[in-house]
Amino acid sequence: MAQTNEKALYAQLDEFIDGLPTLQGALITVLHKAQGIFGFLPVEVQNHVAKKLDIPASKVYGVVTFYSYFTMTKKGKYRVNICMGTACFVLGAGDILNEFAKEIGVQSGGTTEDELFSLDALRCVGACGLAPVVMVNEKVYGKVKKDDVKGIVDEFKAKGGVA
Amino acid sequence: MANITLNNVKLQVADGITVLEAARANGVNIPTLCHMDMADIKMINKVGTCRVCMVEVVNPNGSSWLAPACATDIWDGMVINTNTPRAIKARRTMVELFISNHPKDCLACERNRNCELQDLAADLNIRDDRYAGKMSKHTKDTSSRSLIRDPEKCVLCRRCETMCNEVQTVGVYSAVNRGLETTIGTAFDFPMLDTACTFCGQCISVCPTGALTQISNIGEVWSEINNPDKVVIVQTAPAVRVALGEEFNMPVGTRVTGKMVAALRRLGFDHVYDTDFAADLTIMEEAHELIDRVKNGGTLPMLTSCCPAWVKFIEHQFPTLLDIPSSCKSPHEMFGAIAKTYLAEKLGVDPGKMVVVSIMPCVAKKYEAAREELANDGNANVDYVLTTREMASMLREAGINFNSLPDEDFDKVMGESSGASVIFGTTGGVIEAAVRTAASWLGGETIKNVDFKELRGMEGIREATVKAGEVELKIGIAHGLGNARTLLENIRDGKCQYHAIEIMACPGGCVGGGGQPFYGNDRTIIAARAKSLYAEDEAKQVRCSHENAEIKALYAEFLEKPGSHKAHELLHTQYVKRDKL
Repeated sequence: MAQTNEKALYAQLDEFIDGLPTLQGALITVLHKAQGIFGFLPVEVQNHVAKKLDIPASKVYGVVTFYSYFTMTKKGKYRVNICMGTACFVLGAGDILNEFAKEIGVQSGGTTEDELFSLDALRCVGACGLAPVVMVNEKVYGKVKKDDVKGIVDEFKAKGGVA
Repeated sequence: MANITLNNVKLQVADGITVLEAARANGVNIPTLCHMDMADIKMINKVGTCRVCMVEVVNPNGSSWLAPACATDIWDGMVINTNTPRAIKARRTMVELFISNHPKDCLACERNRNCELQDLAADLNIRDDRYAGKMSKHTKDTSSRSLIRDPEKCVLCRRCETMCNEVQTVGVYSAVNRGLETTIGTAFDFPMLDTACTFCGQCISVCPTGALTQISNIGEVWSEINNPDKVVIVQTAPAVRVALGEEFNMPVGTRVTGKMVAALRRLGFDHVYDTDFAADLTIMEEAHELIDRVKNGGTLPMLTSCCPAWVKFIEHQFPTLLDIPSSCKSPHEMFGAIAKTYLAEKLGVDPGKMVVVSIMPCVAKKYEAAREELANDGNANVDYVLTTREMASMLREAGINFNSLPDEDFDKVMGESSGASVIFGTTGGVIEAAVRTAASWLGGETIKNVDFKELRGMEGIREATVKAGEVELKIGIAHGLGNARTLLENIRDGKCQYHAIEIMACPGGCVGGGGQPFYGNDRTIIAARAKSLYAEDEAKQVRCSHENAEIKALYAEFLEKPGSHKAHELLHTQYVKRDKL
């Protein structure tokens, strides 16, 4: 991330924090926003939030590690999420996750070196009728079969770094 | 008042109290683990997470439910049974679940015989590991010089977190991760050494198990004692002599100064001296510095610098205020510096072969001894620090019957001390000692009334104005780092003005130090130790530091005068800006 770009992101976060009516109990809201801005919550961002809210960094880290929504690893441009809810799991989501891991080359929770893909398992996304469900960023794929996986990955590989 | 029925006995109890409080006030014991209430220092851990205090509450229709006694308020007409089979079973099950995820190496644990989980298991007649299964896996943190964090022994009571975050306001600990992976850990799992931890050791004091323990230096000290090439000398801090007896079942507050000296000789130390001597020396330098700052427009207030945890706290939390602490080293470091020069010469010992061991009520002193700048000519002023608890361990190990030892005196040259130095061990004591000497010097003669009772007490923040010659000295006192923070914020923001301030990191001062015998949650023990120090002060012939004959000799023969070039070289230090993390 370019230095100037990063500065702008911190400025964006600070503007949000400064606009809050109170900092009391604001930690989760602020972390939500920070993850939205930075894509993840590295140590530096958590430290920044701690100083800004005047709370110990240990508290911030405690909250970040408690909620699975928050992540300290940088996510890929394309975030592949496999639903592991009961319906999807019963219909073979585990195999699909493994297939994606094979195709992308990282395990669940990981990000590829070129930062193009990241892979995660999710709890129920509420689309059980479409089980098993895979999401890539906001795009939903229903009734995914193992054989579909390569096609989905290739689709985004073709898009590559272009937004 | 509320009417309750407790174990079939009808009682009247105060409104708004918990079932636990009602039971304890009426002689009914309910076991607890996470609960801890030391309201006088704001240490109230009422997280209600452990569920070891479950009791049965009976509904009007005869049905009943289980409630945690520590977190359930009483109400008028409440019917509580604490000892029904259901309540006892619930409590036992909770403890069995804790044991299921607890290492079973009690025999080799530092808290063996002094562990709240062991006590609970014994009291609840637990005889097997019913829920043996998967256990948490964590790494021990031995990065610091002072304490060991062993998360596998942690029961997640969060007392340490409350102590560190609420009382001390240092904020090193937080619950991290979840499920079987939960620990009370540091930010980003940093090793303790890289955090803002002050090493005050209060987390050790409140830990119910062996999850937080001191780093032990017993092995190294035994090796030095048994090395014929080394001359091993030992010094004892004031707070040790009023607490050590507790380790040998003596009444709380018993003064064991003479037995302590005898015990150290029997452990094999070559010479036994008193840190109190160095406390008198500290006062000579500190009072000199105070008068200099007051008279010559130096930076005020001057803060005492005896407490290493407090020094580390200001370095991390108030790096812009590093010009206000006194530049004096702490007494045991001054002792080391003088021992390896003046004393070494008198004894005809090569300073390189002299080993200085400090017996301290403190675990931060272990870290302090390793600070690089606290050395002269590349030779650390102090080589090893043992806590009061470690000294007691060594005595037990060596089979020394402490209770039947005779009273013996400290060795000469660095063994004499004034009453002023003795009270260094309690909150308010250092500043009272400094005022005794400063007032004497400013007035031109040693003051008659040396008891500055307005400086004594156990309130967290105190202030008083004392007359010192023609000058009115405004004194502030804080103990506990949370109180220190409040006082420092006021100073930084210009809200209050003092000439001198004493700060001690541990609530109560050194008598409540992190290396002292465990006192459970009974703060009256800390007060009793402090009272005992004042009694020792009163019993002394010499009550002011500048009247100590050995101190006079030290200046006459070696240091010239307070604040001299040599004194600065050996007895003063500087501070380091540190990150807040």
